[in-house]
Amino acid sequence: MSPIDDIQNEIIEEFEFFDQWMDKYEYIIDLGKKLSPLEEKFRQDENLIPGCQSRVWLHAEMENDRITFTADSDAVITKGIIALLIRVLSHQTAEQISKAELYFIDRIGLKEHLSPTRSNGLVSMVMKIKAIATHLKSYH
Amino acid sequence: MSLSNQQPNTPHQDVSIKKVFDVEEVRKDFPILQRQVHGNPLVYLDSGASAQKPQSVIDVIARYYSEQHANIHRGVHHLSQEATQAYEDAREIIRKYINAEHSHEVLFTKGTTDSINLVASSFGRKFLNEGDEVIISALEHHSNIVPWQMVCEERGASMKVIPINQAGELDMVAFESLLSNRTRLVAVTHVSNSLGTVTPVDKIIELSHGKNIPVLLDGAQAVPHMHIDVQAMDVDFYAFSGHKIFGPTGVGILYGKEALLNQMPPYQGGGDMIEKVTFEKTTYNTLPHKFEAGTPNIVGGIGLGAAITYFIQFDEQSILDHEQDILHYATEQLSQIQGVKFIGTATNKASVISFLIEGSHPFDVGTLLDQQGIAVRTGHHCTQPLMDFYGIPGTVRASFAIYNNRADVDALVAGVKRAASMLL
Repeated sequence: MSPIDDIQNEIIEEFEFFDQWMDKYEYIIDLGKKLSPLEEKFRQDENLIPGCQSRVWLHAEMENDRITFTADSDAVITKGIIALLIRVLSHQTAEQISKAELYFIDRIGLKEHLSPTRSNGLVSMVMKIKAIATHLKSYH
Repeated sequence: MSLSNQQPNTPHQDVSIKKVFDVEEVRKDFPILQRQVHGNPLVYLDSGASAQKPQSVIDVIARYYSEQHANIHRGVHHLSQEATQAYEDAREIIRKYINAEHSHEVLFTKGTTDSINLVASSFGRKFLNEGDEVIISALEHHSNIVPWQMVCEERGASMKVIPINQAGELDMVAFESLLSNRTRLVAVTHVSNSLGTVTPVDKIIELSHGKNIPVLLDGAQAVPHMHIDVQAMDVDFYAFSGHKIFGPTGVGILYGKEALLNQMPPYQGGGDMIEKVTFEKTTYNTLPHKFEAGTPNIVGGIGLGAAITYFIQFDEQSILDHEQDILHYATEQLSQIQGVKFIGTATNKASVISFLIEGSHPFDVGTLLDQQGIAVRTGHHCTQPLMDFYGIPGTVRASFAIYNNRADVDALVAGVKRAASMLL
């Protein structure tokens, strides 16, 4: 099993504790509040992923053979889900990221947040992460 | 006379006998209000985006497809004539509802956006020249901004914008000074979709007509709340959508004064809008067909007729009183929640409330309300320049229709309190 899937399974297990929607969302909101804000120099238009509802900023850095992602949003629930996506996809190799299948979002009952109709920037964020990984993969 | 026994396709004849408005009875007419969302009873507060449909409209649509459907305006066969009759009856219902002088002044379109694009494109090509001006307002929906921007760019004309005050009311002194001898059209909203502001349309029309300038009103948010009389207003163009007045999506109306419509070139070419076609030259059909190219949304038109028949059975004043009661009750209840800030506090408002919880993003509030079965709209409501004026990314908007009651407001208030406690 890939390290990405290990982390996805960990998250699914953690979310099994929540019976109530409120507990789940309180946890996501908490994750959003704790996510370190993106440095101002990266919170720029060139890193902005536009969404109709909430906006997402994404910054990627390559270190050795791993890609580190940092991201931010103006909405805290979006930010909480970003924290989960970063936990799963950051510090992995380009190869693993580009191959990754993100099933955890569906399994923890947050599928609607990653649906194109939501227009919160998250779908585009995942697509951008994949595109960055695919692009960097060709250099390594 | 019992209106409930009236055939839905029959033009409305007697508007003097009105049904007593009772919100609990009205709720029974809308089957969707019975459903649950995320395990909670649906609290639908997004009628400003699209209103729900009464059973009578749903029945008319089903009946049309089960019993009446054929293409209109060209068949000699019985079904085609029946469908044509039903479609033209609907036009007549709508004519009466808005009190247009002629039914050929009532054009079927795809919706408000389409209606405005029709005027921008057709009126623009005919009357806008280099250096001319079109006046809009700071309250406008993108659909009453972008079509004008497009045509102005094409014709070398420019757009002037009536400013607003902090409450979200038009600055009428500024408006007067914007009216110039280069102004060719004034295009403003009747009711703001984001803030609920009812604009002083009578004054706008009076001042514009004083300088012989025609006026287009975007009535998308006005028609579900008040009865419209285009002749009393003396408005030149009035645009609205079917789906916001309890009718189907994909159909709308453009009312235009005959004299103006006759001077304007066709908007789109195709079937139905022609008189004679040769490869050298085509002559055009008369109104309204000149502006209705192609097979129209037949069922949409008939459904809209049924929706208006449903709506006008209630006394106008009793609808207004009910919606104003809901608006005031909601405003008063929400204002007691710490951190709630209203965006748009005009004196004259339709039943729309835009607000923010200080320190939280509207998207987060909307997401948490949705989990509780409460449907509101969040975001910029297609009015980005208006949001820029307030320096905010968007608002949470609760919009109320005839079927909303005080229990809906109580659910909203409880939902907002819960969302605030989770977010802050």
